[in-house]
Amino acid sequence: MGKYTIRRLLLSIPVLFGILAVTFFLARAIPGDPCHAMLGEKASEIICERFREQYGLNKPIYVQLGIYIGDILKGNFGDSIRFSRPVMLILIERLPTTLELSFFAIILAIFIGITAGIISAINRNSATDVVTMVGANIGVSMPVYWLGLMLAYLFALKLKGTPLWLPPSGRLTAGLSPTPFYEVFGWAAEKETFKFYVLEFFSNFYIFNSILTRNWEVLFDTLKHLILPALALCTIPLSIIARMTRSSMLEVLKQDYIRAARAKGLRKFSVIMKHAFRNAFLPIITVIGLQVGTLFSGAVLTETIFGLAGVGRMMFEAVTARDFPVIQGFTVVIATGYVFINLLVDLSYVFIDPRIRLE
Amino acid sequence: MKNKKENRNDNNKKKDYRSNSLWRLTLRRIFRQRNAMVGLIIIGILILVAIFAPFIAPYDPEEVLIGVEDIKKREAPCIHFLGCSEDRPQHILGVDGNVRDEFSRVIYGTRLSLLIGFSTVGFAIIIGVTIGALSGYYGGWPDNISMRFMDVLMAFPSLLLAISIVSVLGPGIENALLAIAIVSIPIYARVVRASVLSVKEQTFVSASRALGASSLHILFNRVLPNAIPPLIVQGTLGIGTAILDAAALSFIGLGAQPPTPEWGTMLGSERNQLFSAPHLVFFPGIAIMITVLAFNLLGDGLRDAIDPRLTHQSIEE
Repeated sequence: MGKYTIRRLLLSIPVLFGILAVTFFLARAIPGDPCHAMLGEKASEIICERFREQYGLNKPIYVQLGIYIGDILKGNFGDSIRFSRPVMLILIERLPTTLELSFFAIILAIFIGITAGIISAINRNSATDVVTMVGANIGVSMPVYWLGLMLAYLFALKLKGTPLWLPPSGRLTAGLSPTPFYEVFGWAAEKETFKFYVLEFFSNFYIFNSILTRNWEVLFDTLKHLILPALALCTIPLSIIARMTRSSMLEVLKQDYIRAARAKGLRKFSVIMKHAFRNAFLPIITVIGLQVGTLFSGAVLTETIFGLAGVGRMMFEAVTARDFPVIQGFTVVIATGYVFINLLVDLSYVFIDPRIRLE
Repeated sequence: MKNKKENRNDNNKKKDYRSNSLWRLTLRRIFRQRNAMVGLIIIGILILVAIFAPFIAPYDPEEVLIGVEDIKKREAPCIHFLGCSEDRPQHILGVDGNVRDEFSRVIYGTRLSLLIGFSTVGFAIIIGVTIGALSGYYGGWPDNISMRFMDVLMAFPSLLLAISIVSVLGPGIENALLAIAIVSIPIYARVVRASVLSVKEQTFVSASRALGASSLHILFNRVLPNAIPPLIVQGTLGIGTAILDAAALSFIGLGAQPPTPEWGTMLGSERNQLFSAPHLVFFPGIAIMITVLAFNLLGDGLRDAIDPRLTHQSIEE
């Protein structure tokens, strides 16, 4: 197992390297002089000269690639053109929102998707099954942003004044603000030190932070603001997980050992959960891993619609402002996260199915 | 049920003199897939709508109706049949923010969306097949390098990579299409490579080689035809994805630019008016959904028909 883990880790290095190379060459493919692209058309020749010197743009391309990779390994993603501040700082501020949203969405997708898939498989060809599968088909075909807008219309406008009302945008109701947990605990950290950034990063997870600081008002408010975006974001993964669960369960339910388990008088529920589902789980978790990519892409659209200040929204704004360092930095971080999650999925096979020996 | 029986009788009658070729079997299976048929019918209708758009649409999709008719911008749908006053001009799906007929724009949007779907997938298939076929057939280091490159492309969430590519190339429908096509190349390359690898060592290929056929001849006439069925499945599903992604790019302003009647653009430009004019957001979204759904249904049905392992029908019968 240890050996396999190491080999699998080593194998993902070329892919990560490839991701960096692709984003690097994309940045270089921007038409025109990078100096004018970054500093604006009015930049003078002297400033450009200094700019090229500073970023090593006058060196051969492979040296530049080396510098770029070195910088990223050091956590230096360059500066945002629009904000003139390091992309890394923007990431620290914005990434927690996106992670919170994606996490919430994938949890919804997994629970609802798997439950729906199992119920569909057990009651095959029943009305429930047909409705679920038609729903899943529609779910994968829906534009995320459209669903988000429709949900906002329904819950924020049509249900206004009822207890079901949900806020259509933002992360917290105006006026509420969470106190960072490190301030509550009195963990002082000098500004602009590594420790400060780490604490800042974690305190930007509002759910985590409000539980730590026992600020229930903020917790409920955050969750309330998360429901609509998470619902919109989770539909595609949910539908795909439900479909995969159904077909995988159907495959397993045909097996003789299921009939044997039923024949020896085990309860239907325990046969389905212990004998069938465990064996059906492998393809399901593979799909879950792959759907994380859909989530990250969807976050760009969902956050834009719901006014959540996450990396997705930032990406949208950066695209409009042609702030390429931000786009590049976010793409690298998200693609790396995606590779990493699928690596975890691969490694989890052994725990899920002990028959698999990874040699 | 009745249909099935008839079909079976049909089989028995014709079995004596008609060969059951793989294609015919597959076609028969496709026609038996209800989902695939529903998808196919919807696609057929959409194609007709796209072709006859000028006859269906009551207005020019880009015509601003200020001064032409007595209407305000973002006016709600007015359908005479459903009780809208006869002296008001009829706008089935309402009027958009620039006082254009929404229905005509949705109808013309079909053209663009289908064009987007077919052209991106066509382009991606041509490049993907070339890469996949050559690397699968010849193997060695070119295969290794190109497949690792495909791995890297697949390591990006697809829409995100497309956004990056378009933000480099600059916004616009052509660039958006190119980006979506590039992002979907790896799937086709992999599909083709896999089927090339599975057949290239088989006896009929060796026989062809023994007869002195050239490599290219073997590749195109013996090996590649085997890759067509999975490509058709993947391509059909890919059209749905491409339409969805293109609409998303247009929605965030990277794809088709106004005043082009593109569903994503239409949605994007009116999204801030959601609460005052929900119809302008609702209808383009429904149009996207129906189109994507049709291709997904057809693609799933084709997959079940072509790969009998995945369907449970074949076991029961």
